Amino acid sequence: MSTVNTNVSEFLQDATLFLAPDPEIMNNHGFAPRTPLEERCMAKESDPARLAIVRERLMAGANESFEMLENMGAAPGAKWGDCVSAMFTAAGDLSLASTGGVVIFVNLVQYPIKFINRYWAKDPSVGIREGDAFLVNDAHYGQAHNTDQSLMMPVFWEGEHVAWVGATVHEGENGAIEPGGMPSIAEQVWDEGLRMPPFRVAENYRLRRDIVTFLQNSVREPKLQYADMKVKMYTCRRLEQRIHEAIHEFGLEAVVSCLRRNLEDTDAEVRRRLMEWPDGTTRHSWWTDGTLRENALIKINLAVTKKGETLTFDYRGSSPEFSNRANNTLDITLKGMLSQLMLAYVWPDLPRNQAVLNSVKFLFDEHSIMRPAPSAPISQCMMSVFTSWSVAQVSVMKFLYSVPSKYTRVIAPWYCMINTFLFGGITQHGEMVGNVCADINGMGGGALADRDGQHSCAPIFATMADLGEQEFMEEEMPFVQLVSKKLMRDNQGFGRQRGGMGYQMMLALRDSPAWGFMLTAIGSKFPNVPGLFGGYGCPTYPLARVRGVDVFEAMKTDPGRFRFSIAEMMNERPFDDAEYSTHPMSLPYALASRGELYMIAQGAGGGFGDPLERDPADVMRDYEEDLISPDVAWRIYRVVFDRQTRIVDEAATAQARDTVRQERLAGAMSYDAFCARHVTPEPPANLPYYGSWGDPGTIYGGGPDRCFPAGHANSPVVMPNPMQVKIEALEKQIAELKGAAK
Amino acid sequence: MKIYVTDALVIDLDSEQWECRACSAVLGSARENYKRFMVLRPHDPSEIHAPIIDPERYEFTFAPDPQWLSIVEYYCPQCGHMAEAEYLPPGHPPVHDIEFDIDALKAQWAAREALTAPVLGPDFVTPAHHHHKGGH
Repeated sequence: MSTVNTNVSEFLQDATLFLAPDPEIMNNHGFAPRTPLEERCMAKESDPARLAIVRERLMAGANESFEMLENMGAAPGAKWGDCVSAMFTAAGDLSLASTGGVVIFVNLVQYPIKFINRYWAKDPSVGIREGDAFLVNDAHYGQAHNTDQSLMMPVFWEGEHVAWVGATVHEGENGAIEPGGMPSIAEQVWDEGLRMPPFRVAENYRLRRDIVTFLQNSVREPKLQYADMKVKMYTCRRLEQRIHEAIHEFGLEAVVSCLRRNLEDTDAEVRRRLMEWPDGTTRHSWWTDGTLRENALIKINLAVTKKGETLTFDYRGSSPEFSNRANNTLDITLKGMLSQLMLAYVWPDLPRNQAVLNSVKFLFDEHSIMRPAPSAPISQCMMSVFTSWSVAQVSVMKFLYSVPSKYTRVIAPWYCMINTFLFGGITQHGEMVGNVCADINGMGGGALADRDGQHSCAPIFATMADLGEQEFMEEEMPFVQLVSKKLMRDNQGFGRQRGGMGYQMMLALRDSPAWGFMLTAIGSKFPNVPGLFGGYGCPTYPLARVRGVDVFEAMKTDPGRFRFSIAEMMNERPFDDAEYSTHPMSLPYALASRGELYMIAQGAGGGFGDPLERDPADVMRDYEEDLISPDVAWRIYRVVFDRQTRIVDEAATAQARDTVRQERLAGAMSYDAFCARHVTPEPPANLPYYGSWGDPGTIYGGGPDRCFPAGHANSPVVMPNPMQVKIEALEKQIAELKGAAK
Repeated sequence: MKIYVTDALVIDLDSEQWECRACSAVLGSARENYKRFMVLRPHDPSEIHAPIIDPERYEFTFAPDPQWLSIVEYYCPQCGHMAEAEYLPPGHPPVHDIEFDIDALKAQWAAREALTAPVLGPDFVTPAHHHHKGGH
């Protein structure tokens, strides 16, 4: 570059008005080329056996730091494993994540570290020094959503910057428009609370109290903000200490070489394993059924192509972005989730680092729900990214089934939605809080080819997370789960092997001057996951409410009235004057009254294989355990049995199942006949439909009368205020009534 | 040589045909969409996911909305075994979900031993019980 050009570049860099997220960083999920330090170290230390020992040593340090984070963390999320810690190369690539915790979180921390390296390292007003710590929560610089906070610390050795370490916690409260950090009513990014780009919050290993105070002043839980900044910093210090000790023992070359080798070896092994998969394309589409403000049928479209050692996830044809709704996701979040898919459900034996995606390519439509404009809110990205993950899980399993060398088992879709309560208000101890219940982790597992799925097991984003203890929550919060973790009968993904089931919960506010709940889940009209290879998916899930009653008072006088399942409570209506209703599971934050009931169920994992092939003994076991009703035992599984003794009539069952197979054939039609009779050229006019229909190149933005080429939503999808929609409908009714009266 | 592509479907590489794994019926060319060779039946979703709470009283009942979802089942035309249950908005075209490169598959399996059953993968070994947090 000429001197003039260099000067111009420097001038432009110095005169940049605003250092927004850098597209060059954000669009690259691969790892960086070797640095001179790495070349130097790898030339001197490359013995695989010795590097394996170093890796184990560093891994022990990462796991130790994770235990610290989980045990000391003040956020509810930290207590239940919604956190993670990790080591990064000096260039910022995730090399080694703790065994427990949320791998997506640290997969995303590469981006803010690379931002710091590029912009702050040489900036005389910032710089990077030993003892510094940087904090980030703005997803656009590299987080899943703004409710998570990551602290990053550079590691130095003899004055040289040799690595990074980081710790992330789902903190919850962040000062957003609704309590708890994941507002569903956010209409722009400025409704989403704190927007921290990566910035220095500590120097010489001490948090800067002025900055901490600023952050505390911006959120509803100032004690939590301070406590967890300290926790994350000491977690990072432990990681730094373990790296320093490893350098002492094995030498700088061994540690740097190990961190680099983790990436390169993982990449090579992923490519080798991909060569074992069949070449070809698998496709899967799924639909979410709402934005959390209104019901809408929103398509997630995916074609996965595997050729040689490359895998391409092509999400083109998915829904356009919602410019004023919080259900958009960032593509980096989806990539991070897919690293979790590969590292937990396909190759769980691989080291947990970002190289698992190095040979993976992605294709998205611009201004789609996965590549929204920077101003589009993303605080409820789970509403699209979790479905995008499940669609990928199905597609990958269809590649994996025929592969003879597997590293784990093919599994039907895991339940993928956060059927849980968020809350906010004043506790019985006078504290203001805003956060989320651990039931977010209670997702049912998918079925396997030879085994039923596990009940309310773990969230898709953290296979080793914890459900938490309700009693612990009740010590601190003013609500009670009157029914907690009781599996819900017939809430099952049917199949030869059935999916893991979800528990139901009934909760009520007890003692608070001001308290509210919100729910941020979809899947009340269109289920959230399918089954696999003839298995069925989960059912749909409502929010059920009983208002106009204080159950705590009612139970003082007549405790026998209470019912311990949603079905009994809603069908038998034991409280005479109460109002019983069901709703989508998207409840904006609303103040609660003492003793009113809020009831939801956790979701079920998908079933595997034709339900008619389920072993009748397994059906009877589920019946005995009250997991299924006699209706399901007959209608879905066609088992003939004695209800008193549960003895199966094998011959009658076989006959009944044969009859069903004959009925299937008698009532079925050919593929061509089906397409001629049932397939339409465009979405039905009565559906609020978003995304492609048959052709992924044509996108619908609300219905058949509004379509445009993929990637060119014009104008953007902007949804009306639901309250205004309701007012206009009521005003119209009033006008009609007035007209009729005249 | 038989390739177990799904739990219900096999590709015979020699004849290049899809086959039903349950009854060995030959379905059609492995170079085409297997769904073309199955018989189909769309279902109101409540036939499978029946309401758990009273549909006469409540709008949301644990049963999906039939205006939004149709469950399309694919059966072997010979034995009636269900190979796939596809969840689609009513009117949406079925998805061509598995499209493998048959020539590449042949080349890949030329170096592999034939299987007589699908490979399930490594079994899960329960780790030693570990009290996550102290105190009990």
